[in-house]
Amino acid sequence: MLRALLLILSVVAIAHAELCKPDAQNAFKVRISIKTALGDNAYAWDANEEYLFKAMVAFAMRRYSSKSTTQISNVLLCNVTDRVSFWFVVTDSSKNVTTVPGSEVEAAIRMNRNRINNAFLLSDKTLQFLKITSTLSPPVEPSTPVWLIVFGVVLCLILAGIVFLIVSGIQKHKKKNKESTERENLEEKVEVTLENGIPCEALDLKAGHINGVFAADDDRFTSL
Amino acid sequence: MEKSRPLWDNPLQFVFACISYAVGLGNVWRFPYLCQMYGGGGFLIPYLIMLIAEGMPLLYLELAVGQRMRQGSIGAWKIISPYLCGVGVASVVVSFFLSMYYNVINAWAFWYLFHSFQDPLPWATCPLNSNRTGYEEECEKTSSTQYFWYRQTLNISPSLEASGSVQWEQALCLTLAWLVVYLCILRGTASTGKVVYVTASLPYCVLIIYLIRGLTLHGAVNGLVYMFTPKLEQLLNPKAWISAATQIFFSLGLGFGSLIAFASYNEPSNNCQRHAIIVSLINSTTSIFASIVTFSIYGFKATFNYESCINKVILLLLNAFDLEEGSLTADNLNEMKDYLMATYPQEFAQLAPQIKNCSLEAELDTAVQGTGLAFIVYSEAIKNMEVPQLYSVLYFFMLLMLGIGSMLGNTAAILTPLTDSRAIASRFPKEVISGVVCFVNCIIGLIFTMEAGNYWFDIFNDYAATLSLLLIVLVETIAVCYIYGIRRFEKDLYTMIGRKPNWYWKIMWAFVSPLLIISLFIFYITDYILTGTLQYQAWDATQGQLVTKDYPGYALAVIGLLVASSTMCIPLGALVTFVRKRLKRERVATVA
Repeated sequence: MLRALLLILSVVAIAHAELCKPDAQNAFKVRISIKTALGDNAYAWDANEEYLFKAMVAFAMRRYSSKSTTQISNVLLCNVTDRVSFWFVVTDSSKNVTTVPGSEVEAAIRMNRNRINNAFLLSDKTLQFLKITSTLSPPVEPSTPVWLIVFGVVLCLILAGIVFLIVSGIQKHKKKNKESTERENLEEKVEVTLENGIPCEALDLKAGHINGVFAADDDRFTSL
Repeated sequence: MEKSRPLWDNPLQFVFACISYAVGLGNVWRFPYLCQMYGGGGFLIPYLIMLIAEGMPLLYLELAVGQRMRQGSIGAWKIISPYLCGVGVASVVVSFFLSMYYNVINAWAFWYLFHSFQDPLPWATCPLNSNRTGYEEECEKTSSTQYFWYRQTLNISPSLEASGSVQWEQALCLTLAWLVVYLCILRGTASTGKVVYVTASLPYCVLIIYLIRGLTLHGAVNGLVYMFTPKLEQLLNPKAWISAATQIFFSLGLGFGSLIAFASYNEPSNNCQRHAIIVSLINSTTSIFASIVTFSIYGFKATFNYESCINKVILLLLNAFDLEEGSLTADNLNEMKDYLMATYPQEFAQLAPQIKNCSLEAELDTAVQGTGLAFIVYSEAIKNMEVPQLYSVLYFFMLLMLGIGSMLGNTAAILTPLTDSRAIASRFPKEVISGVVCFVNCIIGLIFTMEAGNYWFDIFNDYAATLSLLLIVLVETIAVCYIYGIRRFEKDLYTMIGRKPNWYWKIMWAFVSPLLIISLFIFYITDYILTGTLQYQAWDATQGQLVTKDYPGYALAVIGLLVASSTMCIPLGALVTFVRKRLKRERVATVA
């Protein structure tokens, strides 16, 4: 009895070893980077975590195929390294010693990727299934691009400023025209005296300058 | 009754206008590059020497001419000698070319500014490809910031020949930029005088904020130390001196007629000598200040890229050899690499092509200038900072202020001669003339919003102003010193300021500056002749990098036309005046 049990166990063990090995058919490699994801809050990867992993894969398979036949014992892990990386296969309990086709496993994992990530507090980048590409979530795009809104605001402000300046300019011009026609009717024309092309008013603003050219060169004039 | 000329409200407005015009994008994106290429801290020596030898004297000359003649560039040079009206016209033509393409930079600054109000910043990540399994192919090959610049901003075509269509987003931003410029110049000095308070001072506030932020960034010190260590052997390189002279020359904006225009609105007794010294010193100090900020940003970016590179190598080795996380760090990377190479030689050899040699010096050595620095490098550094939206808004707002400040000077150079000429000014009010100029520039500027627009922008940027300005300023200096006469000029300055210029100014004007300009001119011509065909950098989307291509025939024709149309004005102007005088003399003779 005992010998039969031992024989069955060893057959199962050998079968498992053959099913789950690196680059086996329908096997997937998983790479986990806990320290990168969690830093100081990193947990250690031990047998309990492996159990959770098997449970999550089994859950994914159940959800995908919606036949509750996959058990935790159907998920085989092997070649666990320090990195933490390992290979896993999912065996088919109905047919002995065969593995579920890789495409099914892949589809199941893709469908439940979010749940699996969250169980381990990891993300697509830190819990990598090496042959399974993840669907990247697109960035949130508002209905009107933000830049058009800001553009519209600035444009309205600038146009308002231009219109205001032009209109006030026209009003000032009309007022000046009215005033100058009134003044012309009343007063006589005043000529602006020019000195060297510069209106005298501009020079006067500085209360006059002593023109040093003439003041300094007294020697040029013959003395009396 | 002659209408008195509009004046600045106070001398401070004039100084601010000159600072706002001279301190432009070149101080931010050209000087740090030159500093890095030509010997770091040692570059300051030729720079300061050139400032004293050509910068200050030529600036003083232009301001004095404008203030004395009280006319825009065409009128001022006509007064100096009627045969020199061509110089003024050449200045206006060059200013026209400049304002055509310069405002496109403001349009780009607006584009980036409007896109800064998002989280995350649009240039921080690559967009996804069509089946959402990875990132866009072009973005994968290059970086997300380069992709945002070349694809989403410019939508650049692979070569100059493939013009493509006008990008409506860029056209909108360009229209907005021209509307902003119109708003500022609408009322002439009354409006410009108020605007320059803002455009001159705001960039300094932002630069100070960036200085504090930049110096506190991780790795900023690497950049500062690397860039500022003087490499004095570069001083023996003549290119360093030529670049210093060129930078001072173009940074002050001489020869465009803007300084003459600004000074013509001064009161006649304004002390332009003091202002010339102040403006040139502030311009150079700003360049040095901006390069401190830029180098600390470079240091941050280089350190960040270096550490990312190291982390990538670590990850690669961890994954390939299934080592425990944390066993490989930046410190023990080299020893571990040797250990792995010894223990697993075959796998390591397989992996070897993917392992990059990360080097901080290589990252720091990437010298960038121009739009690449302003829009790619800075945005890459900003996306890695905390609260990137704030810094992004501040930075692009500063670029906008710098750009608009320079545009005010450019448009003043075009408008002042137009409003001075009685033929035009009597028929149309100032607002209409400004509006027409802005509208024409905007329509022509739509060329730069096409898919190949950036290539045309580079043509204008490199060739529209360089040779022509050198010639214009040379003719200006010779005209004032030898045709007008330096003694007459001295007396004019004495009337205006009350002090005669001392021997330093006279020697610089009469001998040193003209000689410097002639040598620069000869250098550029020989450089163009020696390089043979002119080439440009085109963006190759398939490789994700720039490639060098030759200009097609019609582009070379456009370049020739650009240079010829401004330089030919000088002799043509003299010829036309000569013919006119001849005809008048003959008419008088026949009448008599």
